[in-house]
Parts: sequence; structure tokens; C-alpha cells
Amino acid sequence: MSSGELIVKGGFVIDPTRKINGDVGDIAIKDGKIVEKVSSSAKVIDAKGKVVMAGGVDVHSHVAGPKVNAGRLMRPEDKLRAGVCRSGMAQKNGFRMESGFSIPSVFRTGYEYARMGYSFVMEAAMPPLLAPHTHEEIHDTPIIDEAALPVFANNWFVMEYLRQGEVENTAAYIAWLLKVTKGYGVKLVNPGGTAAWAWGLNCLSINDPVPYFELTPADIIKGLIQANEYLGLPHSIHIHQNNLGNPGNYPETLASLKLAEGVKAKNKFGRETVMHSTHLQFHSYGGEGWKDFCSKSREIMDYINKQKNITFDLGCVTLDETTTMTADGPFEHHLHGLNHLKWTNVDVELETAAGVVPYIYDKDVLPNAIQWATGLELALFAKDMDRAFITTDHPNAGPFTRYPRVIKWLMSKKAREATLATMKNTDRVINATYIHGIDRELSLYDIAQMTRSGPAKCLGLARTYGGLAPGMNGDVSVFDLNYKDMPKDAEKIEAAFQRAACFIKDGEIVVKDGEVVSHGHKKTVWVKVKMPENPQVTRDVSQAFHRGTYTVDISNYPVREYLAPHQSIIDVNVEA
Amino acid sequence: MATVTLKPTKVPELIFEGYSITPDAFAGKTAAQIAALPGHEGKFVLKLGEFFTVSGNGGETAADTDIVIDGDCSRVKYIGSKMTAGSVTVNGNADMYVGGWMKGGKIHIKGNVDSFCGIQMEGGELLVDGDAKNHVGCAYRGDWRGMKGGTIRIKGSAGNDIGTAMLGGTIIIEKDVFIHVSTHAEGGTVIIKGDVEGRVGGQMVKGDMYVLGKIKFMLPGYKKIGTVEKEVDGAKYTFDHYIGDLGERHGKSKGQYVYANLYLKAAA
Ligand SMILES: [Zn+2]
Repeated sequence: MSSGELIVKGGFVIDPTRKINGDVGDIAIKDGKIVEKVSSSAKVIDAKGKVVMAGGVDVHSHVAGPKVNAGRLMRPEDKLRAGVCRSGMAQKNGFRMESGFSIPSVFRTGYEYARMGYSFVMEAAMPPLLAPHTHEEIHDTPIIDEAALPVFANNWFVMEYLRQGEVENTAAYIAWLLKVTKGYGVKLVNPGGTAAWAWGLNCLSINDPVPYFELTPADIIKGLIQANEYLGLPHSIHIHQNNLGNPGNYPETLASLKLAEGVKAKNKFGRETVMHSTHLQFHSYGGEGWKDFCSKSREIMDYINKQKNITFDLGCVTLDETTTMTADGPFEHHLHGLNHLKWTNVDVELETAAGVVPYIYDKDVLPNAIQWATGLELALFAKDMDRAFITTDHPNAGPFTRYPRVIKWLMSKKAREATLATMKNTDRVINATYIHGIDRELSLYDIAQMTRSGPAKCLGLARTYGGLAPGMNGDVSVFDLNYKDMPKDAEKIEAAFQRAACFIKDGEIVVKDGEVVSHGHKKTVWVKVKMPENPQVTRDVSQAFHRGTYTVDISNYPVREYLAPHQSIIDVNVEA
Repeated sequence: MATVTLKPTKVPELIFEGYSITPDAFAGKTAAQIAALPGHEGKFVLKLGEFFTVSGNGGETAADTDIVIDGDCSRVKYIGSKMTAGSVTVNGNADMYVGGWMKGGKIHIKGNVDSFCGIQMEGGELLVDGDAKNHVGCAYRGDWRGMKGGTIRIKGSAGNDIGTAMLGGTIIIEKDVFIHVSTHAEGGTVIIKGDVEGRVGGQMVKGDMYVLGKIKFMLPGYKKIGTVEKEVDGAKYTFDHYIGDLGERHGKSKGQYVYANLYLKAAA
């Protein structure tokens, strides 16, 4: 946080939180926060002729933790795709070398997000047992504020409680786990399916029984929605649904989305939704196999557009060589069977699993091209852009450094058609998707909703992130785009979002002319629930460690303070 | 044709990354512009001119540009890497990654080279008069896509990991090799004129290997199927013909399994 005064002057301000769309104005910052006005001695950032937005908020990205590191270890060759990333910056004192493309080093991760004007990133899947490592990596990632979602949907405690319908015990366990892992909210990855993977099985439908636990993915999803709202957490449940990536999976997707029907959000953070459906692109497919594989984005969006208590992120395929990594262990095994590239498989006792496989999204391979179209279509069919967020499920569908390219495709029909035209199977892609018939081009206001106000609200962070109202964090990004005279050349849109003209984080200039100039003051954000002691859960947890169900001692389980030195804690109080 | 001559003037304290020393980078530039091209020493970006005097201008294109380095480059990496045409001659030794990822043109190192020469090469010619260390014409570590084309000839001996994950092209080692030849290869040809310690063709799916000397330890995954006469690098020999690696998956062509071939010179 900087105590100095700053004023970003004369830019086209785009702030959906206050319905400001391109008005020329000034943004004043003092003591790291946005304020009404500053004194005449404030440092002036000239934003004339440029676009001014809040810092970006990424709702879902895999940037820290054991599976990211497994990917780095397994793929040293990934750094060959990084291009020239050894900028002259590394020569200056304190700056570090950068490496990696789809699984960048922590330094490159922080620098690249900052260069794109992002201030907050959610690590989307933290195995609780390995939370200490996850936090160490988060702490080593400069500039950006981060939080992490522990995975719950294949956790033995959760499944034991929910098979008995014990929502309160589930909630008390969630509260305990968030505290010891310094976690942010409730992540579900292939509910029940990852647990089934320990038996070499999977749950492709939400009504498949989970082996041993005798409940279904639908029971887990419903139970966790209820527990989440019982606690009143800032974020809704955040779900990676069953049957990811398979042709014909969209009815299953709709079935699990419907589990949120009738549930009302209960929290003090301004969140109105109860389910976040992540990387929806991977769940919006028709066809019976790869031969008649097709997009069902319209069918999915027809539902989501009228179901107001659901948010989603795109998971856009960017047509790159990348590295897939997920707690959906059985899916990674399946993918390895499709592309025969190297595979890592990990089991995390009592809690979850993970897999890693490299993947080459080739525009000339028909299913990959259809996936590319499907992700973009979801955004282009969306009616409420505050509930539709830009992601690439980094690095699963592509690296986060491609967000500017996704923005280009969303803002320019010409850019979409240009990419479509270079494909080997253009006509077949057009037949299997909707993209060619969609004329819509998103506006800068839409993009600001999808990357700022929307994700901040869904995460319960709307008081501090995603907007430019006085009192909010002094995070301001300036892009070299003239709101009144948008370039005909869509490449310029991509270039502008790739390298912010200026990015101010907590009132400090961290990026100038697209290059990092300061390491800023990153924070680790987590949610601390205060609620009355639940003796049964306390006993269950303590027995699991003392009986030796866990192979570690309970004293080695929590994330110790020194691993997360710069905490920003969100308190949640649950009354008895 | 234009010749640019570099004369080493200083031994780098660390290692100089000479990725700019290619006909592609020199083409269309004057000697002064060439001296200003970048290279890393550790995390610092320096200029070629800090380590070499440069005389002569580059040709119009890479194909019209010949580079001669008059002196020792034992601490200069990436010479000729990614080049597409033209030539590079080093009158001395060179460090790692000579001709890595090269697509065309010719490199001639008159001394020895360190490891990773010709790594993931796609075309062109790489000639080394002396010895090479490890990883000649292999894949980058972790990568499953090795050398695709071109020719590497080492007149001396080489270390281990020759042609790992090779897909095409030819590697000729005129003297001995230590271990690991054509591991994981799915194509290409490796010719070793001297002896090999062992691990020849492990997990190899497709491609050819010729050994004119002895293999001290044969892998158990290779089976002798006959004796053949073949011409190798301009001379005819009688070989024991082995196929393998029998422990690995193999594709079919016209209903027949395709194996990797190991031709081991028959005892006289
Ligand atoms: Zn994900």
C-alpha cells in the first residue's frame, strides 16, 4: 500500500459497478484506496485518450500448488514455448528471471497478470493436505492478490456427513478446513467421481453411486450448496461438473445446474448467486461420439440466461499447446488414453486426486476447433455479462496470457471469422457450431463486467475489487484504447489488453508502458468462519488423525502463519 | 556471398549465450550492427561486440551469409541455433546447443562440441571434426519430439543419449559412443562406426541403427532375425539384423508389425 496521492486523469472510465460507460473522468487514489479527490500535489497519470478500468479479477486459474508444480516438473519443454521472456527487467535489482508458457514460474505468473492489469486471481483447486505448499507458491507469486479454493466434493468427511444428510456438520467441517488451510470457499471437482477413481471408477452422471459412500454426486452438490449458504460464505459453491470433456455431456450439465433451482443466496457480501459453474465450455457438448461432436452452447445458455442464481466462466480454448491439470483424476487418465502423451496421476489421501497431461489444441483438428467455438459462443449468447466471466481454465484450455486474444475474438466478428477461415475443416466447424451465425461483438463495458465487476461480485469481493468507487482498493488499469475510436484492427485490442499502459495496485504504480516496475504488495485472501464449536466434527477430525486414517499428524496439517505472511482475512460470523 | 568474421577477444566470466550468432540474424546488417546484437551472460543482456571483433557485413539474406569464428568458443552457447540457411564455421571448440533447432544451412565446428548439439534439428548439416559430449541430436528434455531431419556427423566420439526420440534425419558418430542410442525413437538413422557400451534402441518403436564396432551389453528386447549386406556411409558391410524393442508398442504396415532395426556388423 502506498500512502502517496495519485490521480489518473482524463481517461475514458469504464466501471460497471456504477454504470459508468466511457465517460471522461479522473480516478483519485490515496493511501491505497480510491477516494473522491486528492490534493493538487498528487502524482498525475495522464490517461487521456485511453481506457480506464478497475484491476482485473480472475475467478478461476490454476497458478499455485502441487499439480501446477507436477506440471512444471513433468514438462521442462514447456519453457521452449515461452518466447523471449527474459526481458531486460530481470537485470534490475530485485526482479527475477521468468520462464514457462502454459505452466509459468511463479514470477512470470505474477508479472504477466500485472502486465494485463489484473489485481486478484483465484487458485481454483487446492488439495487441503497440500495447502502449505500451495500457500508457499502463492506467497512467491509477486504483485497479484490471491486466494485458493480447497476441494471438498470427494472428501471423506463431507461424504460421510452428507450420506446421512448432515448439512450442519458438513458446514462445521468446511469452517474448520477453511481455517486450517487458509482457504477461500467451497470447490467441487467431479463430485464423487474423483473418489470413485480410487477404485478405478468414475461418476459420469450425477445419479451414479459413489463406491463405498452410497451417495450420488447430486447429493454432494445439493448438500454443499446448503452448507455454503448455511455458513453465508462470500463465494457460492464453485463446481467443475461431472462428465467433463465428453461428447453429449450437456444434458448432464443442465441436470446439475438445476440443483441450484429455488436456492436463495444468504450472505453479507452482496453475492446473489448460489452456484458458480466453471469452465462451462468443457461441459457444453452434443453428439454421441467424436464423429458427430458439436456445440450445445445455445441450449446451455438458454437455461443460464433465465436462471439468475448461477454464474459461470468460459474456459475458452485458445488453440495452443498447453498442459491440462485437474483434480478430476479419471478424466486425465481418459485424456492420456486419447492423446498418448505423458501422464501424471496423484492420490491425496482422504481428500482428492489429480492428474496432469500435456495437450495440443490444434485448429486443424475438428473437435479442438469446435471446442474453440463453443467457449466463445457461451459468452456471445450470454445476456447478463455480470454472470459470465472470461477464463481459459488456465492452463487447461489455454494459458491465462491468452485472455487478450479471447477478448479480441469476443469483440470482433472479423477476428473470429479470420481464425475460422484458417482452419482445415472450416465448413464442418461451421456446421457443428453456432459461431458463424453470431454477429454480436462485445463492448468494452461487457468485457469490464466479465473481467471485473462480475467475478468480484460472485466472489463476494465487490466492496474492494472490480470497481472504481471511492473506498475500493486503489487498483486501476489503463489500456491504450480510444473508447471513441476503437481500432478497426482487432490485433490492436489484443495488444492493448496484453500490456497495460499503466497498472496501479493498492495505490502504487506496478506496471508502466506494459512493463513491471514494482513488485507491489501482494496479499493472500482467506475466509475465517466464526461459529459455535461442533463437538462431533471436532471429535471426528481429531480421531481421523489419531486413529491413523491420515498418515500425517494433525500438528503438521495446518498452514502455518509464516507460509502466508501477508494475509487479508474476511470474517464470517455464523450465529448459533 | 558475404563473409562475416568474428574474432573472440574475451572469455566470458559465466557462459555467453550466442543465440544471435546465426546467418539469419546477421543477414542485412553491417559489421557494426552485428556487433550490437544481443546475447545473455547470466541474467545480463550484453552485445556480441563485447566478446568479439566483427569484420565484414552480412549478406542480403541468410543464404548469402557465411560466418567464420576465428578462435575458441568453449564458453559460447547456441552458435547457429535455429538457423535456416547460410553457414557457420568455428575454427575451434564450441559450447552447448550448437545447431539446436536448426532448419537449414551448414555448421562446421573444427574442434570439439559440448552437449546438446543438433538438438531437435529439422534440417541442414552439422559437422564436428572433434568429439561431442552428450545428447547429440536428441529431444529437448521432457519433449517427445526429437530430431526431424538433417545430418549430424561427429568425426570423433560422443557421450550418451544419441538421437533420443528421433523422428527423422541421420546421425553419424565415427568413433565410440557410451550409452543410450535412439531411445524412444520413432524414425531416423543413427550410424556408429566405433563401439557402444550398451542400451542401444531402448523403447525404440521405429527407425534404423548401424553399429560397425561392438555393443558390450545388448538389450534383451532385441531379437536377431538374419544376416544382411548393406551399404552404410559409402561402404558395404555384412550385418547381423536385429529387430526391437520387443517390449514396446509397434504399429502395423500392410498387416505386418513395423519394428526398429539394429544392424550390428557381423564378426569377420
Ligand atoms: Zn480448473
